[in-house]
Amino acid sequence: MKKFLALILALVMALSLVACGNDAPPADDGAADDGAAAPAVKVGFICLHDENSTYDLNFLNGAKEAIANLGLTEADYIIKTNIPEGQECYEAAMDLVDAGCNIIFANSFGHEPYMLQAAQEVPEVEFCHSTGTLAHTADVPNYHNAFASIYEGRFLAGVAAGMKLNEMIESGKITADQAKMGYVGAFTYAEVVSGYSSFYLGAKSVCPSVTMDVTFTGSWYDEALEKEGAQKLIDGKCVLISQHADSLGAPTACENAGVPNVSYNGSTQAAGPNTYIISSRINWAPYYEFAINAVKNGEAIPADWTGTLGTGSVVLTDVNESVAAPGTAEKLAEVQAALEAGTLHVYDCSTFTVKGENLTSYMADVDTDEAYTPDTEVVENGVFYESKFRSAPYFDLEIDGITRLDVAF
Amino acid sequence: MHKQSLFHISKREALPLHKALLIRGGIILLSLVFCGLVTTVLTGENPFSVYGTILDGAFGTSRRLGVTFRNVAILLGISLAVTPAFKMRFWNIGAEGQVLIGCLATTACMILLGDKIPNILVILISLIAALAAGALWGFLPAFFKAKWNTNETLFTLMMNYVATQLSAFFIIVWEVPKGAGKIGIINQTTKAGWLPELGNAYMLPILVAAIMTGVIYIYMQYSKHGYEIAVVGESQRTASYAGIKVDRVIIRTMVLSGALCSLIGFILTSGVDHTLTTTIVDGRGFTAVMVSWMSKFNPFIMIAASLLLVTMDRGATEVSSSLGLNHSFADILTGIILFFIIATEFFITYKVSLRKSGKKEG
Repeated sequence: MKKFLALILALVMALSLVACGNDAPPADDGAADDGAAAPAVKVGFICLHDENSTYDLNFLNGAKEAIANLGLTEADYIIKTNIPEGQECYEAAMDLVDAGCNIIFANSFGHEPYMLQAAQEVPEVEFCHSTGTLAHTADVPNYHNAFASIYEGRFLAGVAAGMKLNEMIESGKITADQAKMGYVGAFTYAEVVSGYSSFYLGAKSVCPSVTMDVTFTGSWYDEALEKEGAQKLIDGKCVLISQHADSLGAPTACENAGVPNVSYNGSTQAAGPNTYIISSRINWAPYYEFAINAVKNGEAIPADWTGTLGTGSVVLTDVNESVAAPGTAEKLAEVQAALEAGTLHVYDCSTFTVKGENLTSYMADVDTDEAYTPDTEVVENGVFYESKFRSAPYFDLEIDGITRLDVAF
Repeated sequence: MHKQSLFHISKREALPLHKALLIRGGIILLSLVFCGLVTTVLTGENPFSVYGTILDGAFGTSRRLGVTFRNVAILLGISLAVTPAFKMRFWNIGAEGQVLIGCLATTACMILLGDKIPNILVILISLIAALAAGALWGFLPAFFKAKWNTNETLFTLMMNYVATQLSAFFIIVWEVPKGAGKIGIINQTTKAGWLPELGNAYMLPILVAAIMTGVIYIYMQYSKHGYEIAVVGESQRTASYAGIKVDRVIIRTMVLSGALCSLIGFILTSGVDHTLTTTIVDGRGFTAVMVSWMSKFNPFIMIAASLLLVTMDRGATEVSSSLGLNHSFADILTGIILFFIIATEFFITYKVSLRKSGKKEG
């Protein structure tokens, strides 16, 4: 009987605790609602992973920068992290709508159809999807895509890589023929192809003998696979590594092997203090500020928005002087000025060949469809114009000098 | 003379139902109190605001309510599907793959047949294809078990990987755009092969799970098949002696289990997600095993168990976004609660007593 009493006592205690617990939340909700009533905008952000992914960290930093610059407070935005590329994205978007958001951003390519679905259902809320391809043909006025001309940033990072290779050649560490770079990509998707091609061309512009091996992981975030991929490239005599996948796998592998690394999405110097050279990244803050201001002022957001070096959307981190070749920062400033002035083009058809031939015309799959139908001529006056007909990249050519080790993905 | 252990574990006599239920209810509450302590110690957050946020995340708006109950329906459906096999003591941990292969079969029909034949036919063919695929995924390990006594745990586990890799392969075949590694929403504009909504987007899976609950209960409790399953589960020799064809029962039950799993897969792809990813089942094939066991194969208790797990999971998302805690924190809480529940089952079934040191035994 004693035992039974003790049990009942425990039950009552626990029950009373839970009862108190149920009283607590309404107070919180009330406070949140009061805060939301005042400003004209409430912003929602949907992220595929959290700050452990360099890609998502870059987005979160952009979001926080934009929020701070616009003078918004904690109550004016909601961030949802770890939202998979499936039905969960639609649910998250609709949940943000329920919470009173009038503009919602999502950051991963696979979120797109779910954002579009939500946009069709709630026409009064603006849905902005980064890296997507459907908005310019979807004809849904409150659905928008955005990207940046990151291929220019990659090109600049490639110049820094090329200068490092030149330094290695001059010091006799490698011969000109051994100037082989390695690149860890996620998928064989145009965004990745455009990224590594522009990186390669940047390096080639200063180190003409350079070649490159590319391997793919089939995942945007898989630390073990990325590390393994980088190690495979290093074992295959690649003397410099870059990557387009979002963990610290490749930078860590480089640091362990003492191989220079050109990073992406922001500085990874902490993971590779002795090997990190520079990183290019997209700064999303200018777009976020632009779109949020548009909602505030009742202006239209374009269906497809491309950030550039000029808008501050494509940026490079500081050069790690202890690893980079001397004079890298000066050279980058010079090349950047030429890119901005339009006197230099990343995909100048005279600088690369496809199967030994120069490109004079190319029909790209700009309007996405299941059959990948080529629909738009993108070569004009001897230049492949990337991100001109659609913000998301469509450069998917296999240019000479680059070897794809595996194309399973 | 051999040394005796300090504790003596013996099987308890069955507790009266009301007492057993009281203990279980009490233990869940106790685990919540313990979770509260852990929360305060680890994060400094007020545990009530964490619980409040979890409940808000799961039931706070009508949409959240709908999603929560739909997710309960999916988890419950898979739990019901694995139950006949487990009752038979057939260690089927292949539900993940059986659901996924149903998703894959449905996807194939939706992509290949969509817009080519009337919608109702696409749905029917998808359903049949999914059921057949799931039945096959259940049949293979059962057949090998019945014929050559292979290890069904390993076999069904391997079948999960086969299903995952097949899905990965076909995702690359049907990816849009090229190289993206994703199918996206299938037939987003035409909605070909999509199951119609019953009133709202959440009702259909809930209805299917409700019907399944009743049918499985009757099947297990009152049908001849159900009785055979129970006997085979207790002792295969007794079953053989009683004239039950054990091999047939094993194969028949696994085919049923597999087909029911892939029915849920069909609903996931055709009625909920409208896509195929390798992670679409999201571990629920394994969670379902726990739900089924925890509920002692009782379909009605499974409803409560699924509700508890889904609530914690749905709440986790809200905890991470509104309190700034990592998503994993709610998983830790779920783990604590499950640990309490499973430990309780042990103490309800067995009695642990200290041995009296002075006593001597043979």
